[in-house]
Amino acid sequence: MEHHLTTPISPEDLRKVKIGDIVYLSGTVITARDEAHLKALEMYERGENPPVDFWGMGLFHCGPVMKQDEDGKWIVVAAGPTTSARMEIFQDEFIKTFHPGIIIGKGGMGARTTKACQEKTCIYGYFTGGAALLAANRIKEVKDVFWLEELGMPECLWLFDVENFGPLTITIDAHGGNLTEESKKNIEAKKLEILKEL
Amino acid sequence: MKDIAQVIEDTAARLLKLAATELPSEVKKTLLKSEKETKGSLGKSQLHAINENVRIAETEIKPMCQDTGLVAFFVKVGDKFPLKSEIKTALIAATKSATNAVPLRPNAVDMFKGNTKDNVGLRGYVPWFYFDLVEGDKCEIIAMPKGGGSSNVGKMKMVPPGKGIKGVKEFVVEATAAAGPLACPPYTVGVGVGGGEDMCMNLAKKALLRPLFEYHEDENIAQIEKELLEILNKLEIGAMGLGEGPSVLDVHMEFAARHPASLPVGVVISCWALRHAGATIDKEGNVEWHPL
Repeated sequence: MEHHLTTPISPEDLRKVKIGDIVYLSGTVITARDEAHLKALEMYERGENPPVDFWGMGLFHCGPVMKQDEDGKWIVVAAGPTTSARMEIFQDEFIKTFHPGIIIGKGGMGARTTKACQEKTCIYGYFTGGAALLAANRIKEVKDVFWLEELGMPECLWLFDVENFGPLTITIDAHGGNLTEESKKNIEAKKLEILKEL
Repeated sequence: MKDIAQVIEDTAARLLKLAATELPSEVKKTLLKSEKETKGSLGKSQLHAINENVRIAETEIKPMCQDTGLVAFFVKVGDKFPLKSEIKTALIAATKSATNAVPLRPNAVDMFKGNTKDNVGLRGYVPWFYFDLVEGDKCEIIAMPKGGGSSNVGKMKMVPPGKGIKGVKEFVVEATAAAGPLACPPYTVGVGVGGGEDMCMNLAKKALLRPLFEYHEDENIAQIEKELLEILNKLEIGAMGLGEGPSVLDVHMEFAARHPASLPVGVVISCWALRHAGATIDKEGNVEWHPL
C-alpha cells in the first residue's frame, strides 16, 4: 500500500502504515546522525531544548554533501541515508523524548527502536542506500542549519523542505513489526545451512 | 617540459571526481542486469532506484552517494619516473582541491580536533597510500574512495591453520552474513588470505580493484572465488537487505604466503557503489586514462 504523508504527521495517520508499505513524505525533514542525537539528548537532560521541534517530523539519518552559492544560500548536492544501526543505542530515548513521526535511514534498526516506535507511535522507512541524488532531487529547499560549526557538515542538523520524498519502504511500523529483523533471521538460517554443507 | 607534480595533482583530482560520479562499466552493466532479473517488487524497486541514481550522477556529474568515502590511492611508481616523494605531496593537494571542486564530503575526522574539512588527516595517514615500486618510467595512480558504512562491516580473523581453506570459506560466509542489510547490498566481496594480520586486509581491499567477473589467474583461486559467489548468494540478503535480488555481485581473492602458525583472513566488503578510477602518467607528463 502507498501513503502520502505530510508533516507534522498525526499518530492516527502513522498507525495506518504497515511494514512493507511505501510512504512519500512532504514537509519538514531534519537530518541527524550520531553526534546530533547525542547532543540533543544531552541538552534535554540539562533542561534545555534543541533548536528545532522534532514532533511529527521526518528524522533523516543523513550526512549530506552541501555547498553554498555566491549569495550564501545552501544547496544540497547529495543526500542519501546513512546506516541507521549506529543510532540504535540512543534512538529509543530520542523517540521517547522528541516524538519524531518518521525516521528515514537505511539498513534497518533493532528491537529497542521497534519497541519505542510501538510505544510512542513512530515509523521507520528505508530510503535506498546510496541513492543520494534521487534524495537530493526531492528536497525543495534548505530551510535552516544548526550546529554546523561545532559538528561539521555531515553531523549537524539540516532542515529540509521536501516534496514526495521517497519511495520510503516501511520496515518498522507502529505496531511492533520489523521487516529487516525478519530478513536478518532468514539470512541467519541460510548461513547455518550453508556452513553445514561446506 | 610539463610540471609533473602539477600533472599528478590535476590527474588525481580528476580521478577522485570520476570515481565519485561514475561507476566502472561492468558494475553498471551488472546492476542493470540485476534489476531486470529480480522478481520481487521490493528488490526490483531498490535496484531501480540505484540505477536511476547512477544515471543522474553520470549525466549531472555529481557524486552518486553523499558518502564520498575516505580517500585512498594505490600508486605504482616506476624506477625511472622523475618524481618520488613529491607524488605524495601532489596527491594530498589533489584531495584538498577535489574536496572543494567536486565537491566531496569532508570525511577526515581528527579524534581530538574534529573534522578537518578537507579530507586530509592531521597526522599524515589520510589519504592512505598503497605504494609499490615497479620497473619502468611511469606512475600509475588509482583513486579508491570507500564509504564508511561498508567499511564498518569489514572483518579480520586469524583462522586456525588446521581448518585450512574450509576455515577461510566459513569466515567469508560469516562476515558477509553479518554485514546483512547494513552496508548497501548487493555487495562485492574482497578477500585477502595470508601475510600478517595487516596484510590480509590490505590484500582484501586490493582484490576489489579487479574488474567484476575477471577471476584470479591461478585456477585454484578462481575456482574458490566462483564457488563463494554462488554460496554467498544463497544467503538471500538481497538488494538493500530486503531479501530480493542479488546479495553479492562478485567475490575476488588475493593470496599471500602465510606464517606456518597462522592463517589470517581479511574480508573487505564494498557496497553496490564499487568506486575506483585510474590513470597512468609517463615521465613526460602525458596522461593515459584507464577505461572505466
